[in-house]
Amino acid sequence: MTILALKNVSKSYGALKVTQDVSFTLEKGEALGVIGPNGAGKSTLFNLITGNVLVDAGQIEFDGRDVTRENPMARCLAGVGRTFQIPQPFDKLTVFENLVVAGAFGSSASESDVTGRCADILEQTGLGPRANDLAGGLSLLQRKRLELARALATQPKLLLLDEIAGGLTEGECVQLVDTVKSVHATGVSIVWIEHVLHALTSVVTRLLVLDFGKVIGIGEPDEIMNSKAVREIYLGIDV
Amino acid sequence: MSLVSSNQWAVETRTRASSMFFVIAAVAVLIAFAAPFFLSRSGIQDLFFILTMLVLAQCWNLLAGYAGLVSVGQQAFVGFGAYAMFATVILLGLDPLVGVLAGGLMGALLAIPTGFFAFRLQGAYFAIGTWVIAEVVRLSMAQWKALGGGTGTSLPTTATRDMVGVKLVQDIFGVRSAQAVDILCYWLALILAVASVVFIYRLLRSRQGLGLAAVRDNTVAARAVGVDALRIKAAVYIIVAFITGLVGALIYVQKARISPDAAFAVTDWTAYVIFIVVIGGIGAIEGPIVGVLVLYLLQTLLADYGSWYLLALGLIGIAVMLFAPRGLWGLFTERTGIQLFPVRRILTGGTNKTNGGTNV
Ligand SMILES: Nc1ncnc2c1ncn2[C@@H]1O[C@H](COP(=O)(O)OP(=O)(O)O)[C@@H](O)[C@H]1O
Ligand SMILES: [Mg+2]
Repeated sequence: MTILALKNVSKSYGALKVTQDVSFTLEKGEALGVIGPNGAGKSTLFNLITGNVLVDAGQIEFDGRDVTRENPMARCLAGVGRTFQIPQPFDKLTVFENLVVAGAFGSSASESDVTGRCADILEQTGLGPRANDLAGGLSLLQRKRLELARALATQPKLLLLDEIAGGLTEGECVQLVDTVKSVHATGVSIVWIEHVLHALTSVVTRLLVLDFGKVIGIGEPDEIMNSKAVREIYLGIDV
Repeated sequence: MSLVSSNQWAVETRTRASSMFFVIAAVAVLIAFAAPFFLSRSGIQDLFFILTMLVLAQCWNLLAGYAGLVSVGQQAFVGFGAYAMFATVILLGLDPLVGVLAGGLMGALLAIPTGFFAFRLQGAYFAIGTWVIAEVVRLSMAQWKALGGGTGTSLPTTATRDMVGVKLVQDIFGVRSAQAVDILCYWLALILAVASVVFIYRLLRSRQGLGLAAVRDNTVAARAVGVDALRIKAAVYIIVAFITGLVGALIYVQKARISPDAAFAVTDWTAYVIFIVVIGGIGAIEGPIVGVLVLYLLQTLLADYGSWYLLALGLIGIAVMLFAPRGLWGLFTERTGIQLFPVRRILTGGTNKTNGGTNV
């Protein structure tokens, strides 16, 4: 069964075509990796899927429904959870409260119903010790963890991860991969934008390559990494 | 996804300081109710002023400090509520207290079309928009010949004399009807002040309040986690209009005389109110309480200095904005960590790795 389908999606900023005729589908429970150089339009692709940016042309279906014209709130309630590449915490709320907002509103529940779940997610993402600190005081790495934790709190069916592994130590990276794997194991579908390829390929079963807003390859990680096109655009980047 | 939770988590908002404060506050409210037994008429009038300004300031604080809606046109709702009360009494012949309720309802009703316009505007344009709206409402009321047009009108003395409860108050205190009206209005203002503080506090501690805080901090992220930012802001705008309309009507029951210029005065109903919130501390319920006391003190001290008084208010306001952007209460709370109306949700329990927070 398909959870997400993009059909000929395009988006331009003035003359800059950031998304060009992108089509792909994601099966329920699948984990897809997205790679491509900086400025290729990866984050924009997420913004189109979440509704933060509206498509110029094309269609987006989520969970069997056309959501092309729906706003980000509606798509979140439908089950799209995301992290922002540049973390967007609620600065004057505590880390725990950041999650409670997401839990209570994102899954339409009462605060007391989500307390335990939010607390568990904090433990799982290593934010437990900072639970009662203001989110505005977190380091960049902790903010990125908060992005993941907050997205999880909305109980998504589809989780969109935008470069969450950059700058982690080897140990932290292993931990992160474990977390993503355990979320995936519960049946959540995942699309993960990541430059840290070994982390990515230990979770995803397919890779999508984006360059200048175009899909230039989609398939098994091995096959993609060995393709000529990918080698050409990726050799310049830290692999 | 489901995570196995073996931990017993608990969430705590109350602090030791706040629990103590609630006891003190309850006693203070009881004493305030008894004030007419031991205060002079002018003392009661002063308290009436303090309480009504407090309610207006709490409303503006909720609007600007929590919902990010910086309105400079709240006089629209004060004046419209007051005129609705006058219409209820003079044109419909009903009790002024019914008029006060009507003032609140009409305030809320006015908020729907004005919100429709104002919500299309952002930041400074929103502020200017609210002020323009208030002017339009003022000019419309000035056309209302049945209520005195541009020069205004008075409540018939029989209307206030026969107001519900006035007879009773007269008998209890052995005073004339005018003073009984003052006492009654004072009690209503006290009830309204307590009710609005309790209401706002409960709102901020509720799920919707948390959503409001999220919207204030980061609207894009709030929407991304499912918060309906527009709906929450609109609800706050309308609720505030309701309360502001109630207060406006109540103020004019006590004044018993209305004119468009006074009822829609931007200095009285918005500038002073903003001063109170800025001085006391924006974004905290304690702020307006501190601020209204400061304004009252300044007014009493500088009453004889005419326009110097306004100048002094302006200078003090600017000084506080520069040196204590979170107001006097913010300064105090930074130093001591004391919060009388805590809204933080402190997570406790579990594996003991979470600290208890820094709240007192
Ligand atoms: N709001 C915007 N307005 C104009 N240009 C934008 C906007 N957002 C992104 N872009 C441009 O679109 C291109 C793709 O950006 P992005 O999707 O963030 O790339 P990636 O995530 O792959 O690095 C970049 O050249 C960026 O500068
Ligand atoms: Mg990006």
